[in-house]
Amino acid sequence: MAAALSAIAPGRVWKFGDDINTDLMLPGPLLQAPPSEQVRAVFAANRPGWVDLVRQGDIIVGGRNFGTGSSRPAARSLRNLGLGALLADSINGLFFRNAVNFGFLALTCPGIDRAFEEGDTAEISLADWTARNRETGATLPIRPVPATLLTLMTGGGIYPVLEADRLIAPDIAQAEGAR
Amino acid sequence: MGHAWCERKCIDCISRFAAAANGRMLSGMGMTIAEKILARASGVAKIAPGDLAVVKVDLSVMIDLSFSRSSWREVLKVHDPDKVAVVFDHEVPAATRESAAMHARGREFVRRFGIRRFHDVGPDQGISHVVVAENAYALPGTVMACSDSHTCSAGALNCVARGLGAPDLLYAITTGKTWFLVGETVRYDLTGRLAPGVSTKDLFLHIAQEYGDHANQNIEFGGPALAHLSIDARRTLTTMGAELSAEFATFEPDEVLIDYIKTRNPAPFEPQYPDADAAYARRETIALDRLEPLVALPDKVVRNAVPVGEVAGEPIQQAFIGSCANGTIEDIAEAARVLAGRKVSPGVRLIVTPGSQRIFAAAVRAGYVQTLLDAGAVVTPATCGACFGGHMGVLGPGETCITASTRNFKGRMGDITARIYMASPATVAASAAAGHIAHPGRV
Repeated sequence: MAAALSAIAPGRVWKFGDDINTDLMLPGPLLQAPPSEQVRAVFAANRPGWVDLVRQGDIIVGGRNFGTGSSRPAARSLRNLGLGALLADSINGLFFRNAVNFGFLALTCPGIDRAFEEGDTAEISLADWTARNRETGATLPIRPVPATLLTLMTGGGIYPVLEADRLIAPDIAQAEGAR
Repeated sequence: MGHAWCERKCIDCISRFAAAANGRMLSGMGMTIAEKILARASGVAKIAPGDLAVVKVDLSVMIDLSFSRSSWREVLKVHDPDKVAVVFDHEVPAATRESAAMHARGREFVRRFGIRRFHDVGPDQGISHVVVAENAYALPGTVMACSDSHTCSAGALNCVARGLGAPDLLYAITTGKTWFLVGETVRYDLTGRLAPGVSTKDLFLHIAQEYGDHANQNIEFGGPALAHLSIDARRTLTTMGAELSAEFATFEPDEVLIDYIKTRNPAPFEPQYPDADAAYARRETIALDRLEPLVALPDKVVRNAVPVGEVAGEPIQQAFIGSCANGTIEDIAEAARVLAGRKVSPGVRLIVTPGSQRIFAAAVRAGYVQTLLDAGAVVTPATCGACFGGHMGVLGPGETCITASTRNFKGRMGDITARIYMASPATVAASAAAGHIAHPGRV
């Protein structure tokens, strides 16, 4: 597993700064909307039009306290947008849990906000737990994620596990989190 | 700054090296309240920062949004229905057809699995964190989970309680377990007494301003001031722990708490105190008498508060008092005290939402509701309602609101161009009467 995981594709960086909250990623009025609708509203309040600029595999670089706020499935929307990963100086624990359970790679990397400009390319290695700025060569240590959590994070989240254990029914109506 | 990660950079080593890296010796070092509760719940002798604790969950609370179309998955098995409570709170009574359907799914779940602790629309209706406290569903020394971020509220009851995501909660109710990445603990020792017109909401804003976020850390409250702080006042503080991004916000147990629990729930419990040699990331003393009313400016909570005087005079169109943090009987009493014999300013809507129907009834009996109605306030049924921009007080474009609730994020209470200031119930009530942001002592 570790070998496959070490190969995260390099991604173009978008920067968002400190204290980015979940309401900005998933506004309250859309809490009961289908995931395909929720994804259109990511950062609509603070960065309108951004969702149309994102490409598959892009990476968000955040500052301190990324994902502060609600239990709402904001991490699912970031995953559904096709983002490759989040790197942040620090990550709210509840946002991190949702990232684990919805299968979105969210990594704590102190100092990352200062080490990147928007548009730089980030190279992530989960083999040696580093993030590297391809433009500047700056390399920072990523805080390792426990193996059990990393398996969920990179393996589609917790729903497939709960389905396999026959604890929840298979999702027939919609492939969960479909675009 | 003491961020803990594995020095060996191996995947499995979630580790106790972290603590060593912070210059601490682990052997013989005692545990904080959160560490002790987690150790008991995971059946190990010792828990330390950096551990991945897998714990038995004593209480899982599902809310109406747990059954929303975008989150719900059909559950085939519940580990223990007696460890589950279902509390409809975000949109009660149903605000839309969508929320009515969500409630119907929840009722079907309750029926199918025989959940006994069920709070539907009606006399037992309330915001889940308020209902959990007023019934002492969460007992001191235990672990509680719920898929709402303000679950840390139950930390006032000496619980390790935190908000989980919807899938997390499905895991907890179907397996009886969850996991926590254990962080370091920051200890706040509270001394003295709050001045009249100053509340634990102001204390919270002071902490958010002075110390910033507490991401990946636990908060522990103790100190001699506890003797003067009711459980309601403590719960305002622990509820707002979510806004500090804390993992857990937990109070030391005392006589006030033990009496509170015993009058509400006959079940036995074992409160947890910190060890005398517990290791803290920081330890701060806060003198409550020195605090003054504060206001958080719009869009973010941490490091964004100013004394009321700095924004006094800012015109408002709406004032809101409610939520899991500020819908207590004490909050409503305080609003009534400030507004007694006064009128809400023309052009301002004052919306007051009690945290539970039980609180609503108590506020009616005490005369607070009449005082608020006479002043021109609208008093709504208990619901999360306006706090999350759900219903009964949603903001329109360009409006300014001052709120005694949980969050002031952009777009939180409605339109993204609305501005949300956040303060205590006294400051909000004083502002409603003045027509602009006003000091509670100087209307």
